[in-house]
Amino acid sequence: MKVSDRVEAVPPSGIRKFFELAEEMDDVISLGVGEPDFSAPWAAREAAIASLERGRTSYTANRGRKDLREEIAAHVAERYGLEYDPDDEIIVTTGVSEGVDVALRALIDPGDVVAVPQPSYVSYEPGITFAGGEPLPVPTSDDEFKLTVEALERAGAADADALLYCYPNNPTGAIMTEDDLRPVAAFAQEHDLTVFADEIYSELTYGHEHTSIATLPGMRERTVVFNGFSKAFAMTGLRLGYALAPPEAVAGMNRIHQYSMLSAPTTAQYAAIEALRNCEEEVAEMIGQYDRRRQFVLSRFEEMGIDCFEAEGAFYVFPEAPGGDDEAFAEALLEEHGVAVVPGSVFGEDGEGHLRVSYATGLDDLREAMDRIETFVE
Amino acid sequence: MSKRELLDLLLENARYSTADLARMTDLDEEEVVATVEALESEGVIKGYQAVVDWNKVAEERVRASVELNVTLDRETSYGDIAERLAKFPQVTTLRLVSGDYDFEMEVEGESMQEVSKFISDKVAPVPEITQTVTHYVMDTYKDRGLQMSDGDDDDRLSVSP
Repeated sequence: MKVSDRVEAVPPSGIRKFFELAEEMDDVISLGVGEPDFSAPWAAREAAIASLERGRTSYTANRGRKDLREEIAAHVAERYGLEYDPDDEIIVTTGVSEGVDVALRALIDPGDVVAVPQPSYVSYEPGITFAGGEPLPVPTSDDEFKLTVEALERAGAADADALLYCYPNNPTGAIMTEDDLRPVAAFAQEHDLTVFADEIYSELTYGHEHTSIATLPGMRERTVVFNGFSKAFAMTGLRLGYALAPPEAVAGMNRIHQYSMLSAPTTAQYAAIEALRNCEEEVAEMIGQYDRRRQFVLSRFEEMGIDCFEAEGAFYVFPEAPGGDDEAFAEALLEEHGVAVVPGSVFGEDGEGHLRVSYATGLDDLREAMDRIETFVE
Repeated sequence: MSKRELLDLLLENARYSTADLARMTDLDEEEVVATVEALESEGVIKGYQAVVDWNKVAEERVRASVELNVTLDRETSYGDIAERLAKFPQVTTLRLVSGDYDFEMEVEGESMQEVSKFISDKVAPVPEITQTVTHYVMDTYKDRGLQMSDGDDDDRLSVSP
């Protein structure tokens, strides 16, 4: 059967190749994983189980259960100062992935140009293409992977229609502080850009509190904020996220969501309510663990003489690949020493020469992996 | 603050090397050594012990949790009684608790007979002790924060975006 031209136009993810290589090998320590090594907090899992025991297996409202939306509204207001009405400004989605997809399809017209900082998570550019838009890569490697107005201007984003980014960033671990965001917000207003802000790693910042661009003056009306439960609450497989946006944008997203998804997974919604109500301590404990591992990994790279900027968010560091060829290095490291990392070029041309190293792995494995990398580079 | 941070790390794993402790904190190795020494000399850290799953050791090991009720008089305090009981090497844990009984005592021995004999010969005769209720441990699932089961394998995809 012939697949559509739309699909043919998008190449498969480069991450697939490494996945297949790693799967074939025994005794691999993987620092290539883009999800927490923790399980969801027990209270959240138990709430999911209890909902099943009570037979709560129906659809929910298209936008998600009202009590969940209310919890989300209270949570984002308290944590980030984001004020959204649970009735018409919040939509619960099947992970941020679905949120980004429906937002792009709801707000992007054919031919619209969407600027995307590079390197970045692998699904944005395909998502833009599927929605009929044109991705415009904005290289960030010159500025320690932060997004700057200079980089936006150089890339030609002044003529773009929208900006889609993820900070704290996957794959680099870079964050955008309030001071970093302010000029970007001004740029977006000056050039009338819609902003899609994927803030899924917002809880995972170390030493800085996360700032959402939607809280800056004049930004709320042009921003869609995405967040969810996958990273901070370690609920990746439960597939639950949400989007915050002005009513007309949420209504547009909901139009697609109601036809394509109907509603986000019900069991996950019960887990999420509990996660927001009673799992703060466990989340804090996980964040503490990530921060120690982050410092551990950064110290080890420094001791090995491998250049690595100080990533302050998510659970990734993004060191330079010794020798410069990220793919060759990652392949040899995997084949000769059984450590999987992801070559930076998978995340866009501007990621070339770097490696994404995830520290969402227990310290014992992390230590062993760093020992092996040290042996390899020596 | 650095004391508290090190304490948390040592509670997690007392065998972290000094170098690793330094890497995980803002301290350098000398500061780690000095801080841990301070914690030890101040008596904050009493010691370091392994958590053992005795089911995996080919040797019988009997543990019992014993409830103790006592009567006090003008000359005898809880502390006095505790002092006396804690001297026995068989007693691994001793706490004063609220509720139906006064002391919660954990005892270890090589056989049920040995533990029973210890309770009847050494503990029950203490004049202030009015009642003992001994619960033999049948199985241990979690000890000092560590689960005895091997846990699930990491079933995540080995590489994911």
